[in-house]
Amino acid sequence: MNKDKFDKVKKKLRKASVGIAGIGGLGSNASIALARTGIGRLVLVDFDKVDINNLDRQYYFLDQIGKPKVNAIKENIRRIDPNVKVETYNLKLERGSMYHPFKDIDVVIEALDNAIVKTEFIEEILLNLPEKSIVSASGVTGYGHSDRIVTKRLGKLYMCYDKYALSSEDDILMAPRVCLMANWEANLALEIILGEDK
Amino acid sequence: MSIEVNSIKVEWIEKETIKQLLKRVKYTFPLVVVKINNEVIPRKDFSKVIVLDNSKIDVIHMISGG
Repeated sequence: MNKDKFDKVKKKLRKASVGIAGIGGLGSNASIALARTGIGRLVLVDFDKVDINNLDRQYYFLDQIGKPKVNAIKENIRRIDPNVKVETYNLKLERGSMYHPFKDIDVVIEALDNAIVKTEFIEEILLNLPEKSIVSASGVTGYGHSDRIVTKRLGKLYMCYDKYALSSEDDILMAPRVCLMANWEANLALEIILGEDK
Repeated sequence: MSIEVNSIKVEWIEKETIKQLLKRVKYTFPLVVVKINNEVIPRKDFSKVIVLDNSKIDVIHMISGG
């Protein structure tokens, strides 16, 4: 391992912060991946509680059923790296104030579920926090077809995107592809924070 | 006389707006971005901007799931 590079990257990441909207399939897995990198601070927002049906793809455990997702994920991050500062908001993002929890972080990750809410969230961040980079994902359903996923960049918006995927109402959600997209989002956030790795 | 929508050849219709085109090709998902010949078209202009022959249209849409 390149020790100099490792130390340099770790130092930079300790000072960095990422905000994640939605701590379900995308958000729980992305936050764990970022915690393992030693990111300085995570701001995590979700209104929901852990349900038994979440365990097939979300980073929670049987003994966490019924707990608010933000509390459960905070516990899980603590078990990996207690030095990661975790700020949680157990609330539903409402139009007009969706951007509020994300004012003072470096990168925003959109990890919501419903397509309309996802789009509204992106628009609100781009409009109210125009200097902020935002990472989003569209097309997480099904299995296989890893190589259909691409990154699309439009200004400050970075999208993990599969244009052929179906909506979650018409398809199924499975851990490998959901985690692939979640880690794709986390990886993009790293690229934004650290600069391109060459 | 044709245009391309996300790399698929579509018949060009004179004086058709983006809004009408998106309805014709059945893009019913919430849209993130629409580009014509690589230029981003603001959402408020969808019903004003006319699609010219030979245009290349890129539509980035949002699908539920997360």
